[in-house]
Amino acid sequence: MRILQQLVLGLLLGGLYGLAAAGLSLIFGVLKVLNVAHGELIMLGGYAAFWLSAIVGLDPFVALAGVIPLTAVLGLVLYGGLFGFVVRFDEETRIKNSLLVGFGLSLTLHALAVKLWTADERSIPTGYAGQTIGVGGLVLPLGRLASLAVALALIGLTHLFLARARWGQAIRATAEDWEAALLQGIDVRRAYLLAFALGTALAGAAGCLVAVGYSISPAIGLEWTFKALIVVVLAGLGSLFGTFVGGLVLGVAEAASALTFGGPYREVVGLLIFFCVLIARPQGLFGRP
Amino acid sequence: MTGPRRLDLRATAATLVGLAALGAVPLVVRRDDVLNLGVVFFLAIALAQSWNVIAGLAGQVNLGHAAFFGLGALVTRSLWIAGAPVLLAMAAGAAVATVAGVALGLVAFRLRGAYFAIGTLALSEILRVSVGNVLAEISTLPAAAIAGYRLGPRYYGALALALGSVLVVAGLIRSRLGLGMEAVREDEAAAEASGVGAFGVKLRAVVVSTCLAGLTGGLFAYYHISYYPQHPFSPIWTFDAVLVTFIGGVGTVHGPVLGAAFYVLFKEYLAVQWVDAHLLIFGALFVLIVLLLPGGLVEAGQRIARRLAGVLVSRPAPGVR
Repeated sequence: MRILQQLVLGLLLGGLYGLAAAGLSLIFGVLKVLNVAHGELIMLGGYAAFWLSAIVGLDPFVALAGVIPLTAVLGLVLYGGLFGFVVRFDEETRIKNSLLVGFGLSLTLHALAVKLWTADERSIPTGYAGQTIGVGGLVLPLGRLASLAVALALIGLTHLFLARARWGQAIRATAEDWEAALLQGIDVRRAYLLAFALGTALAGAAGCLVAVGYSISPAIGLEWTFKALIVVVLAGLGSLFGTFVGGLVLGVAEAASALTFGGPYREVVGLLIFFCVLIARPQGLFGRP
Repeated sequence: MTGPRRLDLRATAATLVGLAALGAVPLVVRRDDVLNLGVVFFLAIALAQSWNVIAGLAGQVNLGHAAFFGLGALVTRSLWIAGAPVLLAMAAGAAVATVAGVALGLVAFRLRGAYFAIGTLALSEILRVSVGNVLAEISTLPAAAIAGYRLGPRYYGALALALGSVLVVAGLIRSRLGLGMEAVREDEAAAEASGVGAFGVKLRAVVVSTCLAGLTGGLFAYYHISYYPQHPFSPIWTFDAVLVTFIGGVGTVHGPVLGAAFYVLFKEYLAVQWVDAHLLIFGALFVLIVLLLPGGLVEAGQRIARRLAGVLVSRPAPGVR
């Protein structure tokens, strides 16, 4: 039972990995830009939620409605100021330069967060923080369960947008082949901008959920970037639900490895999986079949 | 990443002479803070040059460089504290770092471009987390070693390493191997087609690069009185190397030296002005350099020189039509 309990907790965390990875996957898939500061965007989303609930007194799940537009705007700014320059290069230079830009950005945002909010760990206190639901001997924390549901709902909404909305279809067409999309009259730059803002907003939402059920600090960025990267490598690009399932798989795998090798090594196992998958698929993350 | 470059002999000679002249500083100045700044400067040069070999010359953006710096520091520190002579300990540290580098190369050179970069970043994180798990205690020199601690040998050791790293990069650029690296950097497939064994070239680049990084880590371990064993594995060290190289000029001999001078002095200035703000400012500066001035200070200097020359040459003489 104890083992099953740990695996279920891993599954709940895995949902957030899936949401974190969805944003990265979207940006990577559409812009062919690898933003390694993605984890720092998650961190910023977490702080936005934290302050919205600390100052305004919003419930974190309500604060989500504020965090998403805030981080979307941040995405617009980052695209306009940084990544918009990167997408002008050919594909290989684009990835390399975006990586370097993201690397610098992640250290900057980390330092900025430490300066503004100290290096302390924080999480959003809620009235239902300690409440749990018992299901057949399993203890499910209410907040984390709700987070998983919200993460799945957000993935579903994003999927609907990409599948149905006019601009969603434009984004998908751009991801498929930007030159063909351009010839069809699609404003590729605007599709890039939208996809980047959407990806950033997903990161912000993930950060908000992390701040509810778990904890945030300025240092979590790199760790979450890796979680998202691992999931993207595991799940491939193209399907948001696939990414979500990839996140669940990683969450359970981490829990299983923590049970086997001890807690401190749960991160190492994920990274090892990541490296092995990379080596097994050297053609790259988006090697489409 | 960068255009073709030839060895700028005058700049290289000036760099070497300038660095060697710094050897006179301890004879003239007796202030510890100046000497400490010198050690930090030399270590920054050596670490940046070691990254410059793999990334600047051979074009393999290794974002896990801290792993080799850290391994060098870890092995050197352990052996030295256990009683081995420090030079021997440093050699062992460099050897371990090099072996790790070759192991990494054998596996990770299957990855191209950005995938190599994130793969190496992941590997260095694995090492950092593992070292932090196994060796959580701070590493402090034994009391006897602290009592006998003198800055002089550290200063000259670091200076020798910095000089050596500049010579290595200059020698590489002039060599056949250096040409091979340049070919691989510019277009790996074309290099293979012209008979350059890309894998062998990259492997030799990683040997030189990680050996230098291991030695630098060894000097770090010899220099610092106490630090957490996990610290040299932190991605901050990779960032230091990348930043210094980019500020100065990727793939050049004297660029990383200029970059290190700028970095160390500016960081010192910032530390006086705003505590802990240097990462914030350097992170932003780095992003700007990557986007706007990918050739760094060296390219900026060349542009200015060309502009000046252009002004002097193209201005028509008065009265001439």
